[in-house]
Amino acid sequence: VTRIQLVDLCGARCGDKGDISDLSLFADDQLAYDAIRATVTADRVKDHFGRLVKGDVTRYEAPNVLALKFVMQDALGGGGPRSLRSDNLGKTHAAALLRMWVDVPDDVAAGARRRRAPISRP
Amino acid sequence: VSVRIGGGQGFYGDGASPSLAVLEAGVDYIVCEALAELTLAILQKDRMRDESLGYTRDLPLYLQLALPFVMEGKTKYITNAGGINPIAAGRVAVQLARAFGATGLKVATVVGDDVRPHAKELGLPDDALFANAYLGAKPIVDALEAGADVVVTGRVADASLFVAPLVHEFGWAWDDWDRLAAGVAVGHLLECSGQVAGGNYSGPWWEGFDPMRIAFPLAEVESDGSAVITKPDKTGGMVTFDTVREQLLYEVHDPSRYLNPDVTADFTSLTLTDLGNDRVRVSGTRGTPAPQTYKGLVCTPAGWASECRVVYTWPDAEAKARAALGFVKTRAEAMERPIEEWCEEYFGVNGFGGPTVDVAEDSQPPEVIGRLAWRAADEKTAAAVGREMGVLGLSGPPGISSIGRGGGGGKPTQLLAVDPFPVPRSLVDAQVRIDVETVE
Repeated sequence: VTRIQLVDLCGARCGDKGDISDLSLFADDQLAYDAIRATVTADRVKDHFGRLVKGDVTRYEAPNVLALKFVMQDALGGGGPRSLRSDNLGKTHAAALLRMWVDVPDDVAAGARRRRAPISRP
Repeated sequence: VSVRIGGGQGFYGDGASPSLAVLEAGVDYIVCEALAELTLAILQKDRMRDESLGYTRDLPLYLQLALPFVMEGKTKYITNAGGINPIAAGRVAVQLARAFGATGLKVATVVGDDVRPHAKELGLPDDALFANAYLGAKPIVDALEAGADVVVTGRVADASLFVAPLVHEFGWAWDDWDRLAAGVAVGHLLECSGQVAGGNYSGPWWEGFDPMRIAFPLAEVESDGSAVITKPDKTGGMVTFDTVREQLLYEVHDPSRYLNPDVTADFTSLTLTDLGNDRVRVSGTRGTPAPQTYKGLVCTPAGWASECRVVYTWPDAEAKARAALGFVKTRAEAMERPIEEWCEEYFGVNGFGGPTVDVAEDSQPPEVIGRLAWRAADEKTAAAVGREMGVLGLSGPPGISSIGRGGGGGKPTQLLAVDPFPVPRSLVDAQVRIDVETVE
C-alpha cells in the first residue's frame, strides 16, 4: 500500500442544509473508487473533523458517478444564519476532507492524477 | 422536439451578464432561482424593516434582461424571487413590464407557501418570524396553462421551478415518477447557475477560468426526461462529466432518495455521458413517489452576535493573537450579563480547517489573524464586548495591527435559527392560489 493525501486522488464538493454539512468525494476511476470506499469510512470522517462536527456522520454511495457522500449533522455551529463561525455554510469542508491521508493500493496511488493550481506572483 | 431551459440565476446577488448570454443562446424558459435558506433569513430582516420588502431585490435586474425576449415570445420567465413576499415581487414584475411597454403580457404570482396562519396546528413557536412550505411544480404549471409569460413565486423547491415547464410542455403525469425525477435532475443541475459549468469545481478550475465570459448553463430536454447539459457558445467555464457530477450530488444528502415535493429522485440510477464540447448527457433517472409531507422551514430569533479581528506578525504571531483574544474574553466574562457562546478562529494557522489541519508544534506563520465572535441574548451585551478591544491598542501584546479599513469590531447583528418541519400537503394545497395579471 501507499499513503496518499486525498487531495491528490479525489475531487470534492460541499454544501449545507440547516446545521448539516453535506460533502461529496469523487474518484477518477473504478479502482480509486473501490479504494476510497474501503478506507474513507463515516467513522474516519467523523474523527477527521473532530470538534467541527458535533453530530453523526452518515455515508452514502453513488457508484454511478464514482462518489461517496458524507452527511454530517450538527456541523455548522447552528446553521448559516445562526452560526458564529466565519465559514457558517461549511464552504471549506470539502477542502478540509481532502486533507485526509489514506492508505491505498500502490496502483491506485500511481494512477492519482489530481493537480494543483499554478501560482503566478507579480 | 426538445425544450431548452436556462439557469438564469443561482442565488440572490448572482451575476447578471451570464444570464443574458443564456437568453441570447436561445431558451424556451429561463429560470431564476433566488432563494437559499440563508436568503430567507436576509429577506426576513428586510421585511422587519419594511413590510413591503421580503423578496429578492435583484428581481428587476434579471427580469429587465429577459423582458425583450419574453415580449418577442421567445422565452418565458420563472422565478422564486418572491421570497417571503411574493405579492410584492409580483407587483414589481408587473410595474417593470409596464415600463417596458409590454402590453398584454401575463404575469402570474403564486401565493400560499406561507403557513404562519396554521402556526398552532403545526406546533410552530409563537415567535416564528417566517414559516414557509416548499411548494412543488404544480402551481407553476397551472400558471403556465393560464397563459403566463412571467411566473413569480415564493418558496417553491429549487428543482421544481424547472420541473414545471417540462410538465407543461410534455404533459407528464403527476405519478410518472421516472420522468418527474428526470426533471428534478435537470433542475438540480441548473439551479446553481455557474456551479455546474466550472464554478466551485475542485478539479483544474483554472483552465476554464475566464472572469469576463463566465457561463451559466442550459439544458436541452427530451420528452422522456433525458437531457444534455451545456452552456452558450464562446463562454468561459466548462461542462464536463466532472463538473456535472459535482453539482449532481450537491446538497442532496442520500443520493438514492433525493426528496422533492414532486417526486423522490434516485440520482444513483442515472448515467452521465460526456459528449465533448461542453455537452453532458443525463439519462435513465428513476423516481419513486413524492414524500408524504411538504418540507417547511421556520425562522426564530436566536440572539445577537458581534465579532472582532486582530492581526499580529512574526515573531510569535499566533501566541500574540491567542493572548489578545483571551484578554478580550476574560474582560468580557467579568461583565454583568453573560456571553452565551464564543467562537475563536486563527486565520493563517487553522482558522477554517480546525482539527483537520496538522499544525506543527513550532509553527511560526508570518502573520496570524485572530477572530473572536460571540453571542449574547441582547444587542446591548453583544455590543459591549467590542469595546473591550480598545485597551489592546496600547496595553496588549506588541505590534497589534488591523486588517484594513473597518476590519475591527462591527455593529451587532441578530442571529436567526432556521429549522425544518413537516407540513401536511392538504393544508398547503388548500391555500395555494395563482393571481394572473395582464399588463396594461
